[in-house]
Amino acid sequence: MITADPMDVPYVEEFRFLPDYLEKVKALIANYPPGRQASAVIGVLDLAQRQEGWLSRTAMDEVARLLDMAPIRVYEIATFYTMFQLKPKGKYLLQVCTTTPCWLRGSDAIMKACEHAADGETFSVQEVECLGACVNAPVVQINDDFYEDLDEASLKKVLDALKRGETPKPGPQVDRQTSAPEGGPTTLRSE
Amino acid sequence: MLADKDRIFTNLYGFHDWRLPAARARGSWDNTKAILDRGVDAIIDEMKKSGLRGRGGAGFPTGLKWSFMPKEVKDRPHYLVVNADESEPGTCKDRDIMRHDPHLLVEGCLIAGFAMRANAGYIYVRGEFYNEAQTLIAAIKEAYDAGLLGKNACGSGWDFDLYVHRGAGAYICGEETALLESLEGKKGMPRLKPPFPAGSGLYGCPSTVNNVESIAVAPAILRRGAAWFAGIGRPNNTGTKLFCISGHVNKPCNVEEEMGIPLRELIDRHCGGVRGGWDNLLAVIPGGASVPLLPKSICDTVLMDFDSLRDQKSGLGTAAVIVMDKSTDVVKAIARLSQFYKHESCGQCTPCREGTGWMWRVMERMVVGNARIDEIDALEDVTKQVEGHTICALGDAAAWPIQGLIRHFRPEMERRIRARTEKLAAE
Repeated sequence: MITADPMDVPYVEEFRFLPDYLEKVKALIANYPPGRQASAVIGVLDLAQRQEGWLSRTAMDEVARLLDMAPIRVYEIATFYTMFQLKPKGKYLLQVCTTTPCWLRGSDAIMKACEHAADGETFSVQEVECLGACVNAPVVQINDDFYEDLDEASLKKVLDALKRGETPKPGPQVDRQTSAPEGGPTTLRSE
Repeated sequence: MLADKDRIFTNLYGFHDWRLPAARARGSWDNTKAILDRGVDAIIDEMKKSGLRGRGGAGFPTGLKWSFMPKEVKDRPHYLVVNADESEPGTCKDRDIMRHDPHLLVEGCLIAGFAMRANAGYIYVRGEFYNEAQTLIAAIKEAYDAGLLGKNACGSGWDFDLYVHRGAGAYICGEETALLESLEGKKGMPRLKPPFPAGSGLYGCPSTVNNVESIAVAPAILRRGAAWFAGIGRPNNTGTKLFCISGHVNKPCNVEEEMGIPLRELIDRHCGGVRGGWDNLLAVIPGGASVPLLPKSICDTVLMDFDSLRDQKSGLGTAAVIVMDKSTDVVKAIARLSQFYKHESCGQCTPCREGTGWMWRVMERMVVGNARIDEIDALEDVTKQVEGHTICALGDAAAWPIQGLIRHFRPEMERRIRARTEKLAAE
């Protein structure tokens, strides 16, 4: 899906990779055969986004320069993949999965609560398609972490903790080990 | 039920450490050199005999796929590519492999890479799985440091480099040729086949794309023997399988079970049953969002494997079981999937680009009964015009859930239309 018209993505005054990010850029490019540095484009755009919090046209142009790609090829990538944020967002991005497995377990209420919390500064919210944690539905991805088995009360606890500057424990928010059934596994109990 | 001794994914839930020493204690990397010393032909032959069918959804025999790679390396290098772009709604099994037992995958990559004469492999991990990718990268580093990867991997004389490549959010990149495009730094738009990847894949070189689970079970098959694996399940549907059971069950979970386990046993034994009891079951999507749903009458007896589900005009797909109880608005559940496919269509082929949006809009009207009865037929007709008329299977995947809904729940769709018509007439 095309997420935006690249011409609508704003420029900023300046974008440059900080030294430690530039090291990571070089390490990524080294993962691919000589002359195939374009393969690193998703990864390098991701690094730019991690450094700045979002992707400006200025950052895309710098990525194009570093990878020796035509800028339009980089714009295409940045507007094709949904994880690229093409405008500034809050400190925490709440990505709420509402695809059928999460919807069956109450993602409508989670979505509503996240929309309510979104103030653009601390929290931004985005409805996303299947996050791939369906047996722990409903799921919200907050920056890099998955918060799972949520209901409105546990979501509120997570968001309140983030607001206080804490890092609540990711994963299931009920008493459960990762993807094992609640109450303990039905398999692998023999030693 | 599958016995614990026959389970491959013994750290599925992450109760134990994923790191190399613990993985070794569980049996990974145990004299991998001896496996490689058997030679390419013997390895592929054993994989073929095991009957392993690809775990990514299509169920193509894995050993056969490996055998399609050229017999000798000429001017172009060979590549192994692992599809860890797990995005099929309902599916969350590869995530557990990467975060809890990554060495199963890493060792499998070396063996598979060797068998296809590849000196390099790329694992394409969906972008959202950031933490999982970091675990996998750390596991690969452990393997390099221990001499298991890199030059003369495991002392076998074979050089093998393995890299993690992260995506950035695009379901379509789970399609193997879209994945290759994405890996080359382009938009994930599927390629026409032929040429098939084994002839011209990554960078135009011979390549084979396999699902994470298919690769992760290879070391166990080669250690324990094809006969062991083939002895589990049913003929043509052999081995163990990771099932992901989500939706309206009491205890949703992932579990490794025997292929061909009855659906009801799977749900009752591992998931604490359907919410409100088996009689409260409405329907099940047995293999991820793409496959047609099954009404309770079929769920009562169906077996969970490729051929049984195909016989019921559905499919095993990724073995992601989405359970819906009688409280479910089943038309809305499928309409949400139509929205998913509309969102994820890459826009390359007209029938899919236009069709997915059209089907979604009509499905949204069907949810509230805002349609004529004959529009159900028109909808079904359009699904058949999308199905089979696109470069990749996303068009089919968008069509099948709606076809399944009409096949099994047409009376419910008609009821909504009549109810709305009557309500409007009364007003």
